[in-house]
Amino acid sequence: MSAPRDSMTSVPRDASSDRPLLLANVSRRTFLTGVGALGGFVLAVGFPAALRAADPPKYGRDGMPDGWVDDPLAFVAIGEDGTVTIVCHRSEMGQGVRTGMPMIVADELEADWKRVRVAQAPGDQKRFGNQDTDGSRSTRHFFEPMRRCGAAARAMLETAAATRWNVPVGEVEAQNHEVVHRASGRRVGYGALAKDAAKLPVPPRETLRLKDPSRFRYIGKGQLKLVDGPNIASGKAQYGIDTRLPGMLYAVVARPPVYGGKVAKYDAAQALKVPGVVRVVEIEGSPPPAEFNPLGGVAVVGRNTWAAIKGREALKIEWADGPNREYDSAAFKATLEASARKPGKVVRNEGDVDAAMASAARRLDAEYYVPHLAHVTMEPPAATARIVNGKCEAWGCIQSPQAARDRIAKRLGLSAENVKVNVTLLGGGFGRKSKPDFMIEAAVLSKAMGGAPVKVTWTREDDLHNSYYHTVSVERLEAGLDAGGKPVAWLHRTVAPSIMSTFNPEAKNEAPFELGMTAINIPFMIPNVRIENPEATAHTRIGWFRSVSNIPHAFAVQSFVAELAAAAGRDPKDFLLELIGPARRIDPRTLGDTWNHGEDPEKYPVDTGRMRRVVETAAREAGWGKALPKGRGQGVAVAYSFVTYVAAVVEAAVNEKGELSIPRVDIAVDCGAQINPDRVRSQLEGACVMGVSLATKEEISFKAGRVVQDNYNAYEVARMAQAPGEIRVHLIPGDFNAPLGGVGEPGVPPIAPALCNAIFAATGKRIRRLPIRDQLMKA
Amino acid sequence: MVTLHVNGKAQQVDVPPETPLLWVLRDVLGMTGTKFGCGMALCGACTVHLDGRPTRACITPISAAAQGKVTTIEAIGGDQVGKAVQAAWVDLGVPHCGYCQAGQIMSATALLQQNPKPTDADIDSAMSGNICRCGTYTRIRAAIHRVAQKGATK
Ligand code: FES
Ligand code: FES
Repeated sequence: MSAPRDSMTSVPRDASSDRPLLLANVSRRTFLTGVGALGGFVLAVGFPAALRAADPPKYGRDGMPDGWVDDPLAFVAIGEDGTVTIVCHRSEMGQGVRTGMPMIVADELEADWKRVRVAQAPGDQKRFGNQDTDGSRSTRHFFEPMRRCGAAARAMLETAAATRWNVPVGEVEAQNHEVVHRASGRRVGYGALAKDAAKLPVPPRETLRLKDPSRFRYIGKGQLKLVDGPNIASGKAQYGIDTRLPGMLYAVVARPPVYGGKVAKYDAAQALKVPGVVRVVEIEGSPPPAEFNPLGGVAVVGRNTWAAIKGREALKIEWADGPNREYDSAAFKATLEASARKPGKVVRNEGDVDAAMASAARRLDAEYYVPHLAHVTMEPPAATARIVNGKCEAWGCIQSPQAARDRIAKRLGLSAENVKVNVTLLGGGFGRKSKPDFMIEAAVLSKAMGGAPVKVTWTREDDLHNSYYHTVSVERLEAGLDAGGKPVAWLHRTVAPSIMSTFNPEAKNEAPFELGMTAINIPFMIPNVRIENPEATAHTRIGWFRSVSNIPHAFAVQSFVAELAAAAGRDPKDFLLELIGPARRIDPRTLGDTWNHGEDPEKYPVDTGRMRRVVETAAREAGWGKALPKGRGQGVAVAYSFVTYVAAVVEAAVNEKGELSIPRVDIAVDCGAQINPDRVRSQLEGACVMGVSLATKEEISFKAGRVVQDNYNAYEVARMAQAPGEIRVHLIPGDFNAPLGGVGEPGVPPIAPALCNAIFAATGKRIRRLPIRDQLMKA
Repeated sequence: MVTLHVNGKAQQVDVPPETPLLWVLRDVLGMTGTKFGCGMALCGACTVHLDGRPTRACITPISAAAQGKVTTIEAIGGDQVGKAVQAAWVDLGVPHCGYCQAGQIMSATALLQQNPKPTDADIDSAMSGNICRCGTYTRIRAAIHRVAQKGATK
């Protein structure tokens, strides 16, 4: 046995070799933007392409590191038995990408899905295009390249058949795994054509005929089951934590509890006496900013995970905590609040807010708090590496395999060519597994053990204590209403440590990509608007968490809108629609948003017509305004994020003891056309539960620089009893030839405000601080 | 040496008797279907059946597991109810990442073996020890009802 048990739906050897798949000896047709030359610094979620260089701005897939590839030789293999293997180059973490992406290729290829196998690409962006599976981008960036892959392979099969029959290629047609000659009725299967097709050149991109969407077999239909479903249900699915290699050792690491801390001294004597412990190894950390580097610490390497865990318990370590040793969440909240009450950097300014406030009939203000959050992916970070003959091979549950590859290479002093990163299934990602620190740990430990295979497993405590946390924020909103209750002035101060602080300790302001998440780009009909961003200093690793800054921004903005509606004595849904105003397409740059989720502002304007429609749809489907028993209420919220529009109507019930339940949620989503509608629904359902979870329960807090929460008992997440009774997802139909929106993240932001608005409707109590936890409880 | 009975097979393992069953299954016997999520009986990812009862393998020492018969996700399809549960999971597209689902399926199977027609409240209480961070709870409920309606024999 030379590799982990290979149950990822029969990965063929070729998929991970360098051999072209469909045919040999033809120069590869690839499109690389060259952005990758910027080096290993891959903060994919954030950097607006337009700000990277003096070049004309590159948007969307063109702006991503290593861009995109639409070469069938990289993605498609056809065996002589007719088996079609399609490579998925994005990481599967529950969004269904290993079904959706190959399905696009298969549809254009006219492949019979029953004869399709899916292979997982290793980290190799030059070959496959960008692989950073984050930012809700896989489908919107790769729908078109994957269609072209399938169409090119189909054209090659058609040409091979036409040549064999000596008829014009225009007379033949690929149909469900065969090529048919219309005039004579002759047909030949893909398997029989594979060898001939493989000798043909890949047709130029411009000559490809894409299917008319009316002829799609799979795209948009939702009839295909998950490719990994049977393996998941039978326990065969392989995650990062499941890798097994001959002679493999198992490691856990004691990491500095305070960000920027390091080992002062340690004593391994007792640890080495624990049965099964093989070695204790110090891992060198790196001073802040952490970037993607391991935090360092002391690793215990054992014959099994349990031995390593017991060995770690027996270590004696003294830490030098460093400058963040005083970080205290209660004190920090007060610091953020103080900052939010003073002017800060102005990031958008229209009209004269101060004058309008001064002359307003009524003024309101409110402050909203969202604490640090942790992703707590069910599978904690885990990775395995070995080094043989100067080459490192690693396996892990990684969202950014190219970054892992580059960083491992750098740390080991190897060239990237001598590092291979295999992507397993991810037991959840949510942004945590975009950071390859845990994969580098495995490589470092393998090196320390003479190249032997070492698996590093993070325990849940490790995951909670040493994450890249969602930021912590105070959002202060002020508004002036005229005598008729119409908002005439809007002031939003957003204060939160930036993700950029993890890369640059001087970063104290939110980056454009953070402001562009529902703070700066609100398209409201208010004449005087000012958005400010006072500074905040990070004292821990801040990272991106599913839907990122949209969480605090949308919570504050959409709660405040409902507060204004209440103050004006208006129906919150009608008031929200009036604020959104009539249907119009707004250039995001005119709202101060230079980022626009990295997308072309011409192709992706802020479309208030679409925003209105999701609000109206969710409200209609939920029976907005229907009579409800005492203690029940409905709340609405909308968010535009990842170029997708989502509105939610939550029905909340609060009983006489103050216990909260959520009988029903209606969610309307406009993400453009849906490639795999069932997975769109499932992502919105999951995002809803995550939104409920973070609104009601989740909080990471620091004391003396250390995270207080150890495990799921203290860091509680929603369980089945807290999940909504019913989640109804309403999909707005879209056009397959129009730009697509994201799906994985945009469902999260509207949930917390819609829930809190519903609680207000049910009880009259306004929640401004998350999590809700016991704020509703009667004494 | 401790002798375990796992999925109908006797297995001798040479690890200290206090070692949790979870790590023996995964690391010693190479059966990685049973997952680690918390190590403290908080998440249910490691759920196996011990003499038919849902049991958290992460806190069950092998000395205790050796007293009974262990069934894991790898063999639950050999049981009619388990098989029907697996089929409903695939059919309704329950999994997202799938990592929690082995544990969910083991808990759901135990519930349905005991109580073939569970109410929503029965389901919530039997499944409350199983966390799904991806948030598949509404489909898990639907899948359990589906098995209950169809009956386990099919
Ligand atoms: S790992 Fe056993 S309950 Fe979580
Ligand atoms: S499906 Fe991912 S944790 Fe449940």
